[in-house]
Amino acid sequence: MIEVKNIAKSFNGIQVLKNIDVLFEKGKTNLIIGQSGSGKTVLLKSIVGLHDVEQGKVIFDGTVFNELNFKDKKEMRKQIGMLFQGGALFDSATVEENVMYPLNMFTELTYSEKRHRANECLKRVNIINANQLYPAEISGGMKKRVAIARAIALNPKYLFCDEPNSGLDPQTAILIDDLIKEITVEYNMTTIVNTHDMNSVMEIGDKVVFIYKGAKWWEGTKDDIFDSENEELNNFIFASKLSQKIRDLKNGH
Amino acid sequence: MGLFYHIGKYFSLLFRVFAKPEKFKIYYRETIKEIDKLGLNSIWIVAVISVFMGAVITIQTAYNTDNPMYPKYLIGLTARDTLLLEFSSTIIALILAGKIGSNIASEIGTMRVTEQIDALEIMGVNSASYLILPRIIASVIFTPFLTLMSMIIGIFGGWIAGISTGVMTTQDYVYGIQYAFIPYYIVYALIKIVIFAFLITTISAYHGYYTSGGSLEVGKSSTKAVVHSSIFILLFNVILTQLLLS
Repeated sequence: MIEVKNIAKSFNGIQVLKNIDVLFEKGKTNLIIGQSGSGKTVLLKSIVGLHDVEQGKVIFDGTVFNELNFKDKKEMRKQIGMLFQGGALFDSATVEENVMYPLNMFTELTYSEKRHRANECLKRVNIINANQLYPAEISGGMKKRVAIARAIALNPKYLFCDEPNSGLDPQTAILIDDLIKEITVEYNMTTIVNTHDMNSVMEIGDKVVFIYKGAKWWEGTKDDIFDSENEELNNFIFASKLSQKIRDLKNGH
Repeated sequence: MGLFYHIGKYFSLLFRVFAKPEKFKIYYRETIKEIDKLGLNSIWIVAVISVFMGAVITIQTAYNTDNPMYPKYLIGLTARDTLLLEFSSTIIALILAGKIGSNIASEIGTMRVTEQIDALEIMGVNSASYLILPRIIASVIFTPFLTLMSMIIGIFGGWIAGISTGVMTTQDYVYGIQYAFIPYYIVYALIKIVIFAFLITTISAYHGYYTSGGSLEVGKSSTKAVVHSSIFILLFNVILTQLLLS
């Protein structure tokens, strides 16, 4: 469980996050949604500590993460897996070496044990026969899957995904969403996904937090969205004609 | 204000760089890789430049001392002292600032803009130390060898140029390079190159590590790395010369 209490963040005097309070539950896929520039990436990066917040607390299962010292924060981060927008795979390492990286760094396993674990993770994300390829030699969807494999290599308690579907075709995007959902349940993790993909919201949104102009504007489940009367949320979610039609059908119009 | 801000940020980065490594074995492996990439790959360029510079120094000395009053061995002596005192340390450092400095800044800068450094941080790796420390060790260890190699090849280039143009004999040149030889000049050159190597690596890594934006900024960081490294090499050249030779 991750609790965000009253956090705020500014860049060059412009307040990007305004007193946000949210509770992200364990074993669930928690989604942060919002328009581009609304502050959702800043929120995600503030939670994982890539940005220092100006006020408030980020609490990981009772531990105030943002108040830890450098050494303790480093220790805590071993329990965190993160999927970045572009995958952030190491260019100079093969797919297998990328997944083995956290194992090399933080475990005392033998080489064959590490390889075995890396292959297990790669198999889990359906990457087969690509172990010796370099990131530049694989597709965008494969990169995301390898990044997920690397993120789960150390059995993390928390998984963060920043725009996991950006740049992917709808079918691959659904595969990635399903994978995130399955892994969250399988590893009983607290997963936070930052997205503006409405398919993701409808597919995997156990909990949805809508960020608008740096503030938390709405929160609920994917099913609550259809009944919401929040104007900004409706304008954002039902922006396309297709989604408007789906809403009308759902509401029996 | 801006200058002090960068100096403070540079030293706080160094503080993180020299923290205890997560795993010595991995850092050792990375250092070996960097020796290959930064050091061994620079041998060719250093050798080519040294041989030609040695040749030019010899020909120019011969041209400027074309007077029967000057002994011919002066050509060898001048070539040796120029190479030992300035060329093989300072000029080679300036060349390496271009080659190694831009490589380090662009590599680390690209890792920054593609979020690879963030990925390291999220995993709990001290990214500053992991990315910069092996490069510092590799360049500090290997550049003295490049300097020694440059001295030898430069003197050899001078001899080739001297005898092929007929401005002196082999005997004159060999006598000249042995005449009034001060071994401390080699120590002086090696001390300088070690400090220059440290400056090149850390200044370039600093620019790469704090790159923000996209590919355009990576290019800018790379340019800044070369320019700032060169300026600091020249500045420290004056300081070290005063300290070590006065």
